[in-house]
Amino acid sequence: MKRTGKKIVLYAILIVIALVMLAPFYMMLVMSTLETNEIYSFPPHIWFGNNLVENFKSMMEQIDLGKAFLNSCIVTFSQTALSLLFCSMGGYAFAAYDFPGKKQLFAVLLGTMMIPFTAGIIPWFIMMSKLGWINTYWGLIIPYSANAFGIFWMRQYCQNNVPISLREAAKIDGCSEWLIFFKVVAPNLAPAYAALGIMQFVNSWNDFLVPLMVLRDNELMTLPLALKSMISDRANDYGAIMLASTCAVLPLLITFLCASKFFISGLTSGAVKE
Amino acid sequence: MRRFWKSIYKYRVAYAYVAPFFILFLIFSLYPIVAGFGLSFFRWDGMGSKHFIGIENYINLLKDSLFWTAFRNTVVIGVIAHIPILLGGMALAYILNSKLVKGANLFKTIYFMPMVTSAVAISIIFTQLFSNNYGLINYVLKLFGAEGYNWLGGDGSLIKVAVIVMNAWKWIGWNMVIYLAGMQGINTDIYEAAKIDGAGHVKTFFSITVPLIKPIILFTLVQSSIGMFNLFTEPFILTNSSWTGGVNNGGLTLMMYLLGKAPQGGTAYGYASSIAYVITIFIVLCSLVFNKLAEEK
Repeated sequence: MKRTGKKIVLYAILIVIALVMLAPFYMMLVMSTLETNEIYSFPPHIWFGNNLVENFKSMMEQIDLGKAFLNSCIVTFSQTALSLLFCSMGGYAFAAYDFPGKKQLFAVLLGTMMIPFTAGIIPWFIMMSKLGWINTYWGLIIPYSANAFGIFWMRQYCQNNVPISLREAAKIDGCSEWLIFFKVVAPNLAPAYAALGIMQFVNSWNDFLVPLMVLRDNELMTLPLALKSMISDRANDYGAIMLASTCAVLPLLITFLCASKFFISGLTSGAVKE
Repeated sequence: MRRFWKSIYKYRVAYAYVAPFFILFLIFSLYPIVAGFGLSFFRWDGMGSKHFIGIENYINLLKDSLFWTAFRNTVVIGVIAHIPILLGGMALAYILNSKLVKGANLFKTIYFMPMVTSAVAISIIFTQLFSNNYGLINYVLKLFGAEGYNWLGGDGSLIKVAVIVMNAWKWIGWNMVIYLAGMQGINTDIYEAAKIDGAGHVKTFFSITVPLIKPIILFTLVQSSIGMFNLFTEPFILTNSSWTGGVNNGGLTLMMYLLGKAPQGGTAYGYASSIAYVITIFIVLCSLVFNKLAEEK
């Protein structure tokens, strides 16, 4: 009997917190369907309205959602793909080769993980403008395309899952080193690619600070920037803004809900040692 | 010497594989960090010539009351937000790990949802939820007989509360998942032994679980103190994309102050560099303290 009471309390705590976590998402969906003057009313509407179509029209007048979506895709996919390539190459080299200076280079790599990059933010920006990378995607894609953690993580994976005999066998068959990597090693890294890819993808998709610094033109804006551009000091059409937020959030959120186990282990792989 | 080059040549493929990281690191990370230190001793508007002024930027910074406002705001937000994130995250992890409840994966999924959501979108939603006259949060408060507050306006002091609530909402699930993984690594025999000794859940939690996952707790503290010192997007959007942090600079954070000096709000590049270095010093200090604590038994 005492156990049942305890269980009820625990479930109550978990459910109340779950509702608090869900409420902002629910309100986002609700407000996407409300007129702005319905949003500006008290008590707040907590059930769906019927202004979705109007909000959509108004949103499309303010921002080019399709373009912003496409821009986000271009940046995120190229950044993720490039970083997966570089990280797996680096991780594989540290795992499979015994080259001179390997220990020292690996120590340097680990050391770079401790460096706070905030220190260089101003010269970084100046470099972007000197390279002519302001208002281009290069500044969003290239600088972050190889990261120390990704290499470290890929090395662990290679050590545990890619037997050296695989490489030896392929070598005897006359494969070149590059072919071995792409034909023999890379296919074995699929789970590692997935986990690291999720991490890169989510970070890049939601990034705000770097695009804010680098991108200026409306046509180049990624989704978070397009969202921000809808807010001004003057009268905001909050129904349309909420709908735009929904459009920015929903694709990733639905993917997450479909494969949450996968996402959670991918996103926390930097923090959780197995 | 020739043998050296010969071995380099022999392993040229391995070097080629690790080269992208080291080249990109040198250009886009190391160089800016070193150059930033140099720049912090100059006055420069980004266009004309640079004037060497020694440590004047740093001296001005110490006398800059807005800088101290930003510092105070950042620390207050960081410290207070950690209370619900840490304690809540651990309590939730402990409950889900205790096998008393079913559906752990469902709760995990729900609590983790903010982590895949754009900070800009979240902040826009919370701007509405915290709205003075029409917001859901004041509505709920009034339902329970409390009064509503002008969270994002008023005298500006409540903006920090809004940022803290948002951060707690966002990070509690993340921390919970990490603590849960740590707790699942604890041998269950220890819990059995504690049970036989008559220890209750609260006692078991504080005298067994917490000490055993202490390294993990400190790891999350290092990570989140870096995050807190770089806090920018949420207060920026909540205060209507101003570079001053809303009414009475109530939501001004260090990172916002830095970007407001340069390159976003102004052109005080040298001054902004000195702010960046001061933020970095705080981050390094926090990391050192937490790492030191992690080493202690």
